[in-house]
Amino acid sequence: MKIKFRLNGVVTEVEVEPHETLLNVLRDKLKVKSVKYGCGVGECGSCTVLLNGKPVTSCLVLAAKVDGYEVVTPDYIAQTHVGKIIIDAMLEEGAIQCGYCTPGFLTTIYAAITKGIRNIEDVKRALIGNICRCTGYINILRAVKKILSETK
Amino acid sequence: MLAINSVNTYRIPQKFEYYKPRDLREALELLNSIEDAKIVAGGTDLVVDLKYRRVVPKALIDVSELSELRFIRTDSNYIEIGSAVTMQELVESEIVKKSLPLLVEAVESIGSWQIRNLATIGGNICNASPAADSVPPLLTYDAELELASLNGPRMVSIEKFFTGPKKTVLERREILRSIKVPLSQQKFGWSYAKIGRTSFDLAKVSVAVLLRAEDGIVSEVRIALGSVAPTPVRARNTEKSITGLSLEKATVRASELVVSEIAPIDDVRSTAWYRSRVAKILVRDAIWKAYERFLQAGDK
Repeated sequence: MKIKFRLNGVVTEVEVEPHETLLNVLRDKLKVKSVKYGCGVGECGSCTVLLNGKPVTSCLVLAAKVDGYEVVTPDYIAQTHVGKIIIDAMLEEGAIQCGYCTPGFLTTIYAAITKGIRNIEDVKRALIGNICRCTGYINILRAVKKILSETK
Repeated sequence: MLAINSVNTYRIPQKFEYYKPRDLREALELLNSIEDAKIVAGGTDLVVDLKYRRVVPKALIDVSELSELRFIRTDSNYIEIGSAVTMQELVESEIVKKSLPLLVEAVESIGSWQIRNLATIGGNICNASPAADSVPPLLTYDAELELASLNGPRMVSIEKFFTGPKKTVLERREILRSIKVPLSQQKFGWSYAKIGRTSFDLAKVSVAVLLRAEDGIVSEVRIALGSVAPTPVRARNTEKSITGLSLEKATVRASELVVSEIAPIDDVRSTAWYRSRVAKILVRDAIWKAYERFLQAGDK
């Protein structure tokens, strides 16, 4: 079946199978490689994208459902003003080790900041679904503090 | 539960048809005409089951966008929540926050932000996990479920809905349309207490309490537990036995009695022994917390 949706603002049409997930279609058919496959069962947050503005794990979203939706991926967020602030802060604080979870963290932090979440504890709660298997959380939280102070 | 990396979870390793009906009637007609069709809403449980081949449906019927299932409304007697309302919409709803704070506290403990943006209240109920976080609160609120079918709707109390782990009275051709919660004129204190490996994980034991008191005496209490029996359970004997007792006595008595109302098992998340002991403590803690909140509500 053919689906039509907005991918990072651009109307995109693509042929999908009912058993394909949004993650499969983004990576394999649309070549959006900033979206990472981690656990595949919604527990790690590496595949986080914004679906109609809300962070979701794209490994659990059927591609067929996305017809008519708006999808935003980490590579697009990286180009935005807020995205750049997040990335700079993460680099400066060493909030990146192997880097595999980073696009997911970027996306969820971006969603939290643009939603107006201003409190470090609330951002922490928002990030429960993003796992860093290098366990670099201290640096990530330091980066979040910096981001909060720079996005007032 | 399989270990995460024993299966390649990148793809769903099976084929099926996919339908996105325009209204509830079309969804019900599809459900009637296709054998082995499954309803999907958020997909946070179903897509995982599909990846592990725990379910092999011929078709999926996606109800996540049906406006007939996506509403929260209230009148003076009831608050009604459509089954396809997401967990995040629920916890952000001012009406729900005001009228059903116990449900909000429980749903906030579910999974992650990403999961709550997909998962629906109806899915949480219909999957009938003994650990479903939304269910113990709905049991204490005496919620009723409206089940839709082509023969018309029927109402089932949530206490009668579950028949075992993953089993409910929902017929193959029925769809849970909404959850109706009677609104009490009385103010209750509330508490949802849960023990899991992490807050992200499924509960080993969960306890929901609604409570009213007068001069330090329990005047009304409702207690429900999750993950400690084949279905979430209301602890009605405990409720009855501690009504009329002082808070000090009620908490001790509830701790003693609650064990006789549950039937925990050993599984990957915990043991029956541990669950019984934790249930005693959580019940006590939840009653105290509910009492504190009851007093705070009275001050306002």
